Amino acid sequence: MVSFLRFLINGISLGSVYAIIALGYTMVYGIAKMLNFAHGDVIMVGAYIAFCAMQYLGLPPLVAVLAAMVFCTVLGMVIEGLAYRPLRQATKLAVLITAIGVSYLLQNTALLIWSSNPKVFPSVFNIGTIRLFDGNLVISSETILTIVANIVIMIALTLFTGRTKMGKAMRAVSEDRGAAELMGINVNRTISLTFAIGSALAAIAGVLLCSAYPTLQPTTGSMPGIKAFTAAVFGGIGSIPGAMIGGLLLGIIEILGKAYISTELGDALVFAVLIVVLLFKPAGLLGKPMREKV
Amino acid sequence: MKLKKSTINNLISYGVVIVAFIVCQAMISSGAMSRSLKGQMVPICVYIVMAISLNLVVGISGELSLGHAGFMSIGAFSAIIGAAWLRAALGIENEILLLVLSMIVGGAFAGIFGVLIGIPVLRLRGDYLAIVTLAFGEIIRNVLNCLYFSLEGSRLHVSFNNPSIPGTILLNGPNGAKDVAKIATFPVGFVLILFTLFVVMNLVNSRSGRAIMASRDNRIAAEAMGINVTKYKMMAFVTAAVLAGMAGALYGLNFSTVAASKFKFDTSILVLVFVVLGGIGNIWGSIIAATLLTVLPELLRAFADYRMLVYAIVLILVMLATNNPFIRSLFDRLIHRGRSAQTQRGGAAE
Repeated sequence: MVSFLRFLINGISLGSVYAIIALGYTMVYGIAKMLNFAHGDVIMVGAYIAFCAMQYLGLPPLVAVLAAMVFCTVLGMVIEGLAYRPLRQATKLAVLITAIGVSYLLQNTALLIWSSNPKVFPSVFNIGTIRLFDGNLVISSETILTIVANIVIMIALTLFTGRTKMGKAMRAVSEDRGAAELMGINVNRTISLTFAIGSALAAIAGVLLCSAYPTLQPTTGSMPGIKAFTAAVFGGIGSIPGAMIGGLLLGIIEILGKAYISTELGDALVFAVLIVVLLFKPAGLLGKPMREKV
Repeated sequence: MKLKKSTINNLISYGVVIVAFIVCQAMISSGAMSRSLKGQMVPICVYIVMAISLNLVVGISGELSLGHAGFMSIGAFSAIIGAAWLRAALGIENEILLLVLSMIVGGAFAGIFGVLIGIPVLRLRGDYLAIVTLAFGEIIRNVLNCLYFSLEGSRLHVSFNNPSIPGTILLNGPNGAKDVAKIATFPVGFVLILFTLFVVMNLVNSRSGRAIMASRDNRIAAEAMGINVTKYKMMAFVTAAVLAGMAGALYGLNFSTVAASKFKFDTSILVLVFVVLGGIGNIWGSIIAATLLTVLPELLRAFADYRMLVYAIVLILVMLATNNPFIRSLFDRLIHRGRSAQTQRGGAAE
């Protein structure tokens, strides 16, 4: 029972990281209708920036995270402006391939700068652990912090998209880009803002991911990126609470599957659940089914 | 004798491939080809077949598939096991015959999985379909990592997640297959390309091919015309799976060690890049893109560490350039000077 609880908490923690990454995917998809495959690599860049800030500049962890967020925000906006904006009218596949190109570019730039040797990410937030059940259940501070960060981000994003003018503009653009433009919304700026927010979240996710799994390599971001993308689809792509639920469920399924069924098949299980869900709900858990008109 | 236009086009295509093959063979026998490039010949054939078959799904049938490498891996491993079994059980020693038979085995297994995967996948649409093909690709790789095959005499043993099985190990879970007999040859690869062209071009120009393209262009209209959309989409998907399985078989039998990690998501993406850069729905574009992009990293050897970086930048720039309205209209004017602008382009998974 205690071990089950431990796995569950680990799952929630991993799922929280997925959820934060998935938020970036889902927001970008909702607004720009594109699969941003480079998102996973922005995570990796964020983690490297935080690592360098702490290791080489000796900055305190919080400042390092902020630096990573700022860097990734700028990076996200630059990528969007240079690579994706000229392709606004192009086919979806063209944008997808460009995103893959950007992903390769980020990975290989990281490879040149930081080499392929894995870096050991320092334990960032060591403020002690919580012990329950006579010390049988140890919850690390990283786990708690990840879950708390996830909840805070979720609330902040919900408030942002629901209450602020920019958030409403974002929702309007994702609903109908043409109509939003006619209402005087600056579509390009709104999309740019979405990329900025998504990339800042990716930086946070990168730091959280690497404090839980402390090996940092240029390819660190790709698998969590794919999983988070799966999570976004799982919850219904384009939906913010969907990304949250999808991410959490995916993390829990992965950890429990690895613990109780098979270590090797944990990933396969995640994808199998995704397929089953999509068969019964073709637009994801919270996605709205699209009506087709003739 | 009067030939149909499509027949003439097909014959020209076969002719060009045959000429290219003869030139390559001449270069190999005269020693004009570098060693590293010679080693690339079979992979080039494999990737050409992969690109053509994926083009059938993405370009002709209009569904984005991100898990094509999964079929390739099924083909590769079933062919490796099949080749070893055929040699042990039936005593086939002729390498060409063995290769062809194991390619058939690889294609058949990939086809079976194509049907099994196609049934759920083709119920979905658009990006959801894409993500499910990605998921299947990953599942195949994960499951292959847990499979162990061994040969004891002519008996085949299989186990799941348990490496202790009797006989000589053929497939060793995550370590993959070792000491594979390298029986793949460039001429057989060339024949596979011809076979693929034959299948795909005849399919595209047939009644079924027109039905597939009609379903791509407008699903509802095609359904209203009485076309069984799922059936035709399935036909394209399974054909592509079989061809990818045969390509995988050739690939698997070209190296002495093959692990499932070679058929990652990146491989699917690589093939997709060939298809998109070559022009979606354009078979010749796929062939040229697959050849150039397989050779390109080789040619970029001089850049050493910057090789993949240059590759990425080239990829982005080509996508930006080909989608730039100004450059596009320039191209159109250059190509169709005098002729009426050809509006009919290969459709895409949009």
